[in-house]
Amino acid sequence: MENLLEIKNLHATIDGKEILKGINLTIKAGEVHAIMGPNGSGKSTLSNVLVGHPAYTVTEGEIIYKGKNLLELSPEDRSHEGLFLSFQYPVEIPGVSITNFMRAAINAKREYLGQEPMNATEFLKMMREKRAMVNLDSKLANRSVNEGFSGGEKKRNEIFQMAMLEPTLSILDETDSGLDIDALRIVAEGVNKLKREDTSSIVITHYQRLLDYIKPDIVHILYKGKIVKTAGPELVMELEERGYDWIKNEN
Amino acid sequence: MNCGEEYIELFEKNRELIDKPCTRKLNDEREKAFISFKAQGFPGIKDENWLHTNVAKKFATDYGMDLARKANTNEVRNSFTCDVPNLKTFKGYIVNDSFVAADNGGKQLPQGVFIGSINSFAESHAELIDRYYNTLAQKGDSVVQFNTSFTQECIVLYIPKNTVIEETIQIVAFLQTNVDILTNRRMLVIMEENSSASLLLCDHSSTDKKSLSTEVTEIFMGGGASLDLYELEETTDSNTRLGNLFVKQEHDSRFNHCNITLTNGFTRNYVEVVLDGEGAETNINGLAIGDKHQHIDNRTLVDHRKGHCTSNELYKYILDEDSTGVFAGKMLIRTDAQQTVSQQTNRNLCLTSCAHMYAQPQLEIYADDVKCSHGSTVGQLDESALFYMQQRGIPADEARHLLMYAFAGEVTDNIKLEALRERLHILVEKRFRGELNHCKRCNLCK
Amino acid sequence: MKKKNNILKKLANKAYEFGFVSKIKTEIIESGLNEDIIRLISKKKNEPEWLLEFRLTAYRHWLTLQMPTWAHLNIPPIDYQAISYYADPLKKNKENSNKEIDPELMKTFEKLGIPLEERLALSGTAVDAVMDSVSVKTTFKEELKEKGIIFCSMSEAVQEYPDLVRKYLGSVVNYRDNFFAALNTAVFSDGSFVYIPKGVRCPMELSTYFRINAANTGQFERTLIVADDNSYVSYLEGCTAPMRDENQLHAAIVEIIVNDNAEVKYSTVQNWYPGDAEGKGGVYNFVTKRGDCRGRNSKLSWTQVETGSAITWKYPSCVLRGDNSQGEFYSVALTNNYQQADTGTKMIHLGKNTRSTIISKGISAGKSQNSYRGLVRVSKNADGARNYSQCDSLLLGNECGAHTFPYMDIHNNSAVIEHEATTSKISEEQLFYCNQRGIGTEEAIGLIVNGYAKEVLNKLPMEFAIEAQKLLSVSLEGAVG
Repeated sequence: MENLLEIKNLHATIDGKEILKGINLTIKAGEVHAIMGPNGSGKSTLSNVLVGHPAYTVTEGEIIYKGKNLLELSPEDRSHEGLFLSFQYPVEIPGVSITNFMRAAINAKREYLGQEPMNATEFLKMMREKRAMVNLDSKLANRSVNEGFSGGEKKRNEIFQMAMLEPTLSILDETDSGLDIDALRIVAEGVNKLKREDTSSIVITHYQRLLDYIKPDIVHILYKGKIVKTAGPELVMELEERGYDWIKNEN
Repeated sequence: MNCGEEYIELFEKNRELIDKPCTRKLNDEREKAFISFKAQGFPGIKDENWLHTNVAKKFATDYGMDLARKANTNEVRNSFTCDVPNLKTFKGYIVNDSFVAADNGGKQLPQGVFIGSINSFAESHAELIDRYYNTLAQKGDSVVQFNTSFTQECIVLYIPKNTVIEETIQIVAFLQTNVDILTNRRMLVIMEENSSASLLLCDHSSTDKKSLSTEVTEIFMGGGASLDLYELEETTDSNTRLGNLFVKQEHDSRFNHCNITLTNGFTRNYVEVVLDGEGAETNINGLAIGDKHQHIDNRTLVDHRKGHCTSNELYKYILDEDSTGVFAGKMLIRTDAQQTVSQQTNRNLCLTSCAHMYAQPQLEIYADDVKCSHGSTVGQLDESALFYMQQRGIPADEARHLLMYAFAGEVTDNIKLEALRERLHILVEKRFRGELNHCKRCNLCK
Repeated sequence: MKKKNNILKKLANKAYEFGFVSKIKTEIIESGLNEDIIRLISKKKNEPEWLLEFRLTAYRHWLTLQMPTWAHLNIPPIDYQAISYYADPLKKNKENSNKEIDPELMKTFEKLGIPLEERLALSGTAVDAVMDSVSVKTTFKEELKEKGIIFCSMSEAVQEYPDLVRKYLGSVVNYRDNFFAALNTAVFSDGSFVYIPKGVRCPMELSTYFRINAANTGQFERTLIVADDNSYVSYLEGCTAPMRDENQLHAAIVEIIVNDNAEVKYSTVQNWYPGDAEGKGGVYNFVTKRGDCRGRNSKLSWTQVETGSAITWKYPSCVLRGDNSQGEFYSVALTNNYQQADTGTKMIHLGKNTRSTIISKGISAGKSQNSYRGLVRVSKNADGARNYSQCDSLLLGNECGAHTFPYMDIHNNSAVIEHEATTSKISEEQLFYCNQRGIGTEEAIGLIVNGYAKEVLNKLPMEFAIEAQKLLSVSLEGAVG
């Protein structure tokens, strides 16, 4: 299996403070990786750095994605290349309807890939199909992006957009936070339906419960800006039983 | 200090010529207004109401004025239509400052409705002219007095009681000139009880000659009357527009105003709404988009004189390059205006470090049982929203456009005519992309 | 409702607590304003030549100016020639060049709750007491001196620290700034001078207490505070005046210089005589207060509780010159009867990443007019400026006015400026709820108003905050029917 993503000795800072202190991580096509760790360990920083958030500075190391130097790409080109982040706190964009927003996103991607823009009928059909996939109310689709959405609706909207954009590597950043068990199941089912043989995911979470629905192949523990442990799915159970203290003590 | 003298001299020398085509009331009011103008001259920038807008300087150009009413208005008829797709309107034109009736394909307005020149309306309804003309504008500032002094034409729209005009009335104003020109436009709208109309005023200019137009519109709304007024400015950077709108509302009337400055040179719009009867409602909205060295000054006064009235105000500015925005909105709640609900919002986007915004929302409140608030912000596009959009693959520029478009949408969404709203959405979007606006089938602005 | 009115009427007639006149021998120079008068004031104070010139230049400029008219105030004409510009309550002792304090004067300040004997002083507060044109006494001077802190009257500073005074006087508020600034510069009499040296945190609150006593006099004090690098000081100002039928003029200047990493807190409780219920008498309070945050990371915080004066014209301002400097303005302005107030602030953002906060709470009652007027200016080079302004008005009764006039001049596109204003009244439901719980209407109003003003009152030093709370309740008596 070919490497989709290779992170080598990644160091990153925000406001001059080093958060990531040498991350090494390789993800092959088709794999689901879970990244777990206590609060403040750098999980969200890692996902933001991957998608090129301007507030973070990479000070050392490299990221190779599909054989390209990811750090050289703009955030939108990373998106066109199939990188998708489901944000922990999706931002509200008053006045921009989800329909217009998605049309702009889809057509930008098609332009990047040298394709013609999608015609309106085709686009609306696609919207309908994908909406059904995550049980997103059609009323929500006419509203402004995330504006006035409940926590669950916001997360569902993230997965809906993931369905629309069909990413190669999706990063789910604490997608389970703030969701009740039913919402969690719907979101997780959506993610599973979208899974293909060649697509990979990084699931970032604090708890085990999301991983009951989305089965990881490999589990990493991130602590103080480094991956301190990598193992199979059994690590999730171990964490659930023992908490994070033993990780903290060991490191 | 200011160039008022030249105009005073011009007025005094040409008094007969100015008076000649006009009905008596126009000339009577002209007399009083001129005395007032002569005493004041043009406003200086020390004047609290003109702090950031140097209007005297704009009058300094040696403009031509068509006091002899010689402009040929015939050939433009029907060549400049300014159509809004999917919106049927009953049209009239203002060429420079003359009213030109349009061929409306034999369409008729409801019985009793009049639209046309005051000089012919006076023949049948002299008493209405006497009762209304210049009664609101007479206490206006010296620019208004200047307009009253020089105006020779006034469009009258008269709607008798209980008359509902379904079709939107569209007045298209434009300039036809080969010299620098000063025009004085005037309009009087009299709406009797329970009448209803919507009015679209488009202000166009495509000449590269310097032009200045003073505009005074007086609107009287009887009890229960309803008016939607849309004003759209699409002029050039050589144009100066000095608009003055006075509205007086009686009980339970409803006024909905949307003023959009899409392209312009130097604009000052004064809007004054007097709520003079219980239960009246007013909504005034404005959108200003500026770039280059454009100057857009909107000043509003909502005067609550009676109780149980509602006013909502929303003005938004998007300022790019070296443009300047001025917003001063006052809500005046008088002692008798108990139970007033009044809200004013002003939001401004400055896109470059050379753009200037002066904002001055004001509350003046003399009644205690009221709900009044205002908010004003100056800022930039939301960085986190921009990033979120980029993550979804929308290029930074496109994301910026979408956000600006959404920002403007809050104002244009208040337009009730769907076709016009759609049209404006397109015009605004094109404006942001830097594309010129072309009206379809328009011979003037090619 | 009727019963309520009766109670309120009774309270309305309650006298202004500080309205007594002290019988103190006072030397008052003849009324009128001209160059000779200015020379006389300067001579009495034994001033150096440059200071006299400074005054005369300002006077000549003042002659060219007109009273400002832009404020939302109705100011009756003021006869500047009918005012005496110098009144000295200190008894002259020919043998001894030191001035001696009249025991009556000590009593006056004690009556005002400002003991001038250090053993009786409020803990942790040093006081400079100014009556009419002269500083009467400054307490704790020696203790402060040990730390290198200078706290003395302006007259004394001119004699003892002429270089410091000359360096800073007029450097924040130029005599050309406005009509009243020019007038003050020409005729200023006394006031406080504070210098906090580098790295010193002033161990006690510094306070100046202003009292106008003599009739037909104006008070023109001048305060100068310099906080050098890494220093901190909290400064308090209080003012009262006797009840007199005629109006008294008060035109002060406060200048504050804040250097690198320094912080100054300036609090005012202004309770000049507001005039009677018919609008007769009261102090005209025309004040120019400005701080220059010259240093990086400097911070200036103005807190004011304005309950007095017939007319208030006052805009304590911050010039945010240093990068990362911060300005704050917290204000409660209460007007009753025929009082008029036009007050607010100016936040001038010049440095990078400067921040300002404005919280203004206006309370109008009786037939009064209360306006907030404020300017937020972000200059072209002030990258990253942030401002948040909130201006609320509370109306008590239907014969008063509450007005908000904010000005925002923005010349930098990285600025984020937010202004919000609301107007409200005390609802019947709120009052009824209090009544039902056994709280009388008068007290309930006091409670609600204090709650409304709490955000600002919390910024005051403790003793002052308690004073201010009482003052708010007392000033409102008779306000609501």
